[in-house]
Amino acid sequence: MSGLDAFLHMGGYAVYVWTSYGLALVVLALNVLLPRRAERAALAALARRRELGTIDDAQA
Amino acid sequence: MNFAFLHKYASLMHAYRLSRTLTPWLAGLTLALFAWGLVSGLVFAPADYQQGESFRIMYVHVPSAWMSMFVYVTMAAAGGAALVWKLKLAEIVARACAPLGASFTFLALVTGSLWGKPMWGTWWVWDARLTSELILLFLYLGVMALHGAFDDRRAAARAGAVLSLIGVVNIPIIHFSVEWWSTLHQGATVTKFDKPSIHIDMLIPLLVMIAAFQCYFFWNLLVRVRAQILEYDRNAAWVRELDLPTRA
Repeated sequence: MSGLDAFLHMGGYAVYVWTSYGLALVVLALNVLLPRRAERAALAALARRRELGTIDDAQA
Repeated sequence: MNFAFLHKYASLMHAYRLSRTLTPWLAGLTLALFAWGLVSGLVFAPADYQQGESFRIMYVHVPSAWMSMFVYVTMAAAGGAALVWKLKLAEIVARACAPLGASFTFLALVTGSLWGKPMWGTWWVWDARLTSELILLFLYLGVMALHGAFDDRRAAARAGAVLSLIGVVNIPIIHFSVEWWSTLHQGATVTKFDKPSIHIDMLIPLLVMIAAFQCYFFWNLLVRVRAQILEYDRNAAWVRELDLPTRA
C-alpha cells in the first residue's frame, strides 16, 4: 500500500475516523455559514428600511 | 453600588466595532491552528500501541467535549450577568452560545460513539459520562427553545438564563462522572494534577486542536453577536448611520 492509501485506510478504522472528521467539518462549517447569512440579512433589512425612509422610533 | 459604568463598557456599538476589528484576525488564527493541529494529529502523531489509528478520533472528540462544557459555563455566566445587571450584551452572548454549544455537544456524542464502536464494541452505553453529556445536549436544546419561545427578546433571555444556571450542576457531574461511577469511559488524560498520561507527541496535537476549537468558538461567537446587536439596537442612532457594505 502506498503512503496515501495507508493514510486513507487508517489501519482499518477509516470509516470511524473519517466519519468523525467529516461530521466535525460539516457542523463547524454550518456554524460559520448560518450566522454570516443572518448578519447579511440584518444588514439588508437595514438597507431596505433606509431606502424606504421608514426608519424612525415609532417604526419599532 | 452603582453599576451604571458597566453599561457604558458593554455598549452594543462598541461591541459591534470591536467584533468587526477582531474577527478577521481570529478567523486567520483559527485556520492556522486547525492546519497545524490536523496535520500533526492525523499525519505525524504515532499510532496508539493499543488502539492503533482509531485513537485519532480523539483530536476531534476531546476538543468537542471540552468546548461543550466551556461554552455552557460561558452561556450560564453571561445569563447570570444578564439577570443581575440587565446587560443587553450579556443577553446577546448567552443567546449566541446556545446553538454553538449544542453543536459541540452533538459532535462530542457522535464522535464518541464512532470511537466507542471499534474500541468498546458498542455505539452507546447508559453510563454516567455518556448520559450526563446527553443531558447537556438537552439543556442546550431547552435553552434554545426558551430563547425562541418569547416575542420579547429580553424576557426570552431571562428565561434562558434561569434554565442555564440551574443546569450548571450538570458540569461537575460530567467531569467527575468517570471517577464517581464505574464506566467504560477512560479517566482524565490531560486535566489532572500529576503528569498527563499521554505521550508528548500525541499531547501536542491535542492541545493545538483544543486551542483551534477555542479560537473557532470566540471567532464564531463574535460573528453571531454582530447579527444580534443589529437586531437589538435596530432603532439606535448609530445603527441608522452605520456604513453599509455596498451590496449587503
